[in-house]
Amino acid sequence: MSAEKAKKQRGGSPVSGELLRQVKHARIFLASAIVFGMLGVCATIAQMVFLSKIVHRVFLGGEGSEQVRLLLVLLLGAVVLRSGLLWLREIVVQRGAVYVKSELRERLFTHLMRLGPSYASGERTGELVATTGEGVERLDAYFSRYLPQVVLSVVVPLLIATYVLPLDPISAIVLMATAPAIPVLMVLVGRRAEESVQRQWATLSRMSAHFLDVLQGLPTLKIFGRSTAERERVAEVSDEFRERTFEVLRFAFLSGLVLEFTATISIALVAVALGMRLLYGNISFEVAFLVLLLAPEFYRPLRELGVHRHAGMEGKAAAGRIFELLATPAPVSSGSSATARPTGQLSIEFDDVGYSYPGSVRPALSGVSLALPAGTCTAVIGPSGAGKSTLVNLLIRFVEPESGRITANGLCVEDLSVETWREKVALVPQRPYLFYGSILDNIRLARPNATREEIERAVVLAGASGVVERLPQGYDTEVGERGVRLSGGEVQRVAIARAFLQGTPVLVMDEPSSSLDPESERLIGVALERLMRDRTVLVVAHRLNTVYRADRIAMLEEGRLVEVGNHTDLIERSGPYARFVGAHKRMLA
Amino acid sequence: MRVLVRLLKFLSPRRWQVALAILLGVGVMVSNIGLLTAAAYLIAASALKVLLSQLALPMFLAQVFGASRAFLRYAERLVSHHVTFKLLADLRTWLYGCLEPLSPARLLGYRSGDLLARIIKDVEELENIYLRAFSPLIVSAILSFLTFSLLYIFFDSSLAFMTLGFLALAGIGVPLLVNVLARKPGRRQLTLRAELNAHIVDGIQGIPDLLALGRAGEQRESISALDLKLGRVQRRMASITGLQDALGDLAMNLAMWTVLILAIPLVNEGRVGGIYAAFLILLVLGSFEAVRPLGGAFQFLGRSLGAGERLFEIADLKPHVLGPGKPLPAPTGRTLEFNRIGFRYREDEPLVLEEISFKVEPGNRVAIVGPSGSGKSTVVNLALRFWEPTHGTVLLGGHDLRRYAEEDLRGTIGAVTQDTYLFNETLRNNLLLAKPGASDTEVECALERAQLTEFISRLPRGLDSWVGEQGLRLSGGERQRLAVARALLKDAPVLILDEPTANLDASTEHHLLTSIYELMPEHTMLVISHRLIHMERMDEILVLDRGRIVERGTHHQLLEAKGLYERMVEAQNQMLV
Repeated sequence: MSAEKAKKQRGGSPVSGELLRQVKHARIFLASAIVFGMLGVCATIAQMVFLSKIVHRVFLGGEGSEQVRLLLVLLLGAVVLRSGLLWLREIVVQRGAVYVKSELRERLFTHLMRLGPSYASGERTGELVATTGEGVERLDAYFSRYLPQVVLSVVVPLLIATYVLPLDPISAIVLMATAPAIPVLMVLVGRRAEESVQRQWATLSRMSAHFLDVLQGLPTLKIFGRSTAERERVAEVSDEFRERTFEVLRFAFLSGLVLEFTATISIALVAVALGMRLLYGNISFEVAFLVLLLAPEFYRPLRELGVHRHAGMEGKAAAGRIFELLATPAPVSSGSSATARPTGQLSIEFDDVGYSYPGSVRPALSGVSLALPAGTCTAVIGPSGAGKSTLVNLLIRFVEPESGRITANGLCVEDLSVETWREKVALVPQRPYLFYGSILDNIRLARPNATREEIERAVVLAGASGVVERLPQGYDTEVGERGVRLSGGEVQRVAIARAFLQGTPVLVMDEPSSSLDPESERLIGVALERLMRDRTVLVVAHRLNTVYRADRIAMLEEGRLVEVGNHTDLIERSGPYARFVGAHKRMLA
Repeated sequence: MRVLVRLLKFLSPRRWQVALAILLGVGVMVSNIGLLTAAAYLIAASALKVLLSQLALPMFLAQVFGASRAFLRYAERLVSHHVTFKLLADLRTWLYGCLEPLSPARLLGYRSGDLLARIIKDVEELENIYLRAFSPLIVSAILSFLTFSLLYIFFDSSLAFMTLGFLALAGIGVPLLVNVLARKPGRRQLTLRAELNAHIVDGIQGIPDLLALGRAGEQRESISALDLKLGRVQRRMASITGLQDALGDLAMNLAMWTVLILAIPLVNEGRVGGIYAAFLILLVLGSFEAVRPLGGAFQFLGRSLGAGERLFEIADLKPHVLGPGKPLPAPTGRTLEFNRIGFRYREDEPLVLEEISFKVEPGNRVAIVGPSGSGKSTVVNLALRFWEPTHGTVLLGGHDLRRYAEEDLRGTIGAVTQDTYLFNETLRNNLLLAKPGASDTEVECALERAQLTEFISRLPRGLDSWVGEQGLRLSGGERQRLAVARALLKDAPVLILDEPTANLDASTEHHLLTSIYELMPEHTMLVISHRLIHMERMDEILVLDRGRIVERGTHHQLLEAKGLYERMVEAQNQMLV
């Protein structure tokens, strides 16, 4: 609750400040939009001046078209200028919005890459995609409409009042008297209205959420014979939400009423006061008409602000989330530009390594010292939550150790740039991702300059030639969401082909935790044996065969390394490993 | 056009409210013009030093119009929002009624595009059709007519036609022009945005792979390149859409200017009283207030029509499964039988099931096993009659499923499917869905069997905890067990379990299956699984591969046959944990 409050407080003006600070040219776009807006008002004033002069001379002076020709031309000029300035202002704000959007989108994406999979994974990806795509798009109206209007709604009335003051102090005073009333109303009522509008949008989106919930659950409702009855619920909930939203809206409309009433009544007052003074000859018709023409212009920006308020609030929320993301510290330093690079076969050493994920109390790993001698395979096993994936994340440098260090051929890994290090390490994840594009593109990702022959060889070595042959257009088949779907075992083999193509001295593999079809199991087993040859391998093992094949087995329990050795030795020792494998065997029996 | 008519039909039950809202909208605009013109007349008359008594009326009118404008606006907003919310509620209920018979078979084909979220957005889009499209169009038409009549009757026909022309230019001409100019870049913008979004989704979901392969930079560059292209199109769009306001403003002021040019000789000749000069100017300027929102109205109209078209496209689909004219009474027999079933999802696709025949007697348990993609879950969809078989018949109690009413059929079957859904509700309500009047003892019993008692007792609010967004996040295993508990609570004589133990650890899996198999010996049970656990308790196991039954028999028979089943068991024995 308090966190929500804090969020709300932070959701005030600081977001716009943050936006201007973070996006360096945003200020220029905004400033020029405001300047164009102000120039536009000047053109409007000029237009009204010419207009009132013409009407005055025709009406009271009885002059004809000839006599006022110059004024008519000037009036036309002011009119055209005013529209031109309006157009320029639109172009500037929209270009500014485009600039701000792409700048932030690029920054977000870059930062997400830096945050890496330890942050951007699992359930969070959906939200991150939404923020980077739609969230950034929401800034459009916020930046192009709301922000300039906020400034103009203060500047324009001031400008007009300043102009009217020397001409007709009484009307200027009437306007100015209501002017502070309006910002005060905006702050007082507006603050509450803002809250209520926010609540309104919350209820509206909750109604949508309920509807989505019901639609997604339709098959389930059918199974339980509740789908017909639910129709009434949909109507009921819809109606209930409507009533509640309506209550809230009524309040928001009421504040609109107050604002509008103030504006219209003061225009009427100005008119009556002008009439009285004209009657007694205290003021000229020309001035009176000019003031009457300018009075609605005085209130216009404030009314327009109300129109853009919703866009403003949506954008504010989106911007808040974007800056929050950008402020999240990256778990990996970019590394110093140490010139020394490990070459040839690599032996890797974890030296008293510890790590805990942000926001988690228990360390994911603590005091782990483990050597991966060059050209050997080490299998990591342990119950779920023991820290196996963390070990993988550390080795591929998705995260850096909090304590201790990892060395490769004696060089501290953290001193190398992340890019250099990852050129040495290939990863076969548990659920490899296939990107939009052909299967060929997906494999070539591992080495963009690879020839077709090299790719085909990697595919054969990975036991994936059957996968490619099965596909309707072979290597050119599109995969991913819109294309052909591959089974888990097939995707796994594509990932192994990638690893072959990369040809790195170090291989990290996270085995699938459930069994694949027998064909894939067999082919992957054979391919892995080939892939592991002459490489330094760390494999999170879920299969007994993999464990038997490994040179060494490292057993993790609750973030600690409890046993290291080969299968035979460990069984003889009848420690945690023997119990683990034994328990598993018993379960099957 | 047909779409528009169908959309407007939703408004017809509330036509009086709509008429009232429009009337109020006209009132707002009339008040606005009234305020300005009364004020103009007032100062012009004052300048002529007429008698004070002659000023009483315009003074009074200025005040009245000033007040009525604000209050009518308030009333208009209340009524129009009321109508809109009613409309949305109607639309949702209607749409639910359309989708209910289509789910899930007809909707499956749309799934990849995230159909449901799409539908929600489309319904929301339609909230604009009345508020921002229909109403402004009518109001501005009425107001243009009123302005025209006023000018025509009391002033001069040239003024009337001139003003009407400019009103049409601002209200229809400019939006049309902008629309034509923006069409091409608009379409390009949509495709580019979709492409960009796809790249972002790809980039974020594939972060581990991109980083490990060292290709994050490339992905970022391709996103930047797309963004650059999009930016170029958006900048062009900005120049075009910016024209909307600028040209609208220009049309208004040119109308004012032209009226001035035309009026000066008329005043000089005495055909129009000089006292009305200011009045005329403000009348013309004020009347443009009504056509101002039309640019937006056309855009909203276009979007609403698009949304409506998509909604009708789905709503007009014929359900895949049709109920019988005269259904049999609810099934009493409990034997589930598949008789030479063949099935394909679409006519142009190959069969996903072929020659599937089996029979599950009451008290018997049959398992269907096989590699992923072999067609196991399709069997469940056919048994629940979510789909109709292409060949052969599915029978329950000796009668074709098609002869039962859908609700009666599903009332006989308890099922855990792979996509069993938990609603954004309390745990209790999610469970009670299966049996609304169930007693606490029944609920506890189901939870016990689903191995959930301990989990529930650890929750601070127990069964009253909320599931989903506002509430607790459940792990895959917890969701799965809740789905099982719900199916058990229903206590139907036929039980279909599709991967009931997915996402469970070995020991929970063991206990869950033991409790189901031992405590429900008299049920007709069909179990789909790719984990081969407790298979020796099955009366028959069917091994499915690529839509065909390749082996069948008991656990021991199949092990001896040394075929696919044996290899699957072998692969599974390899697994740690």
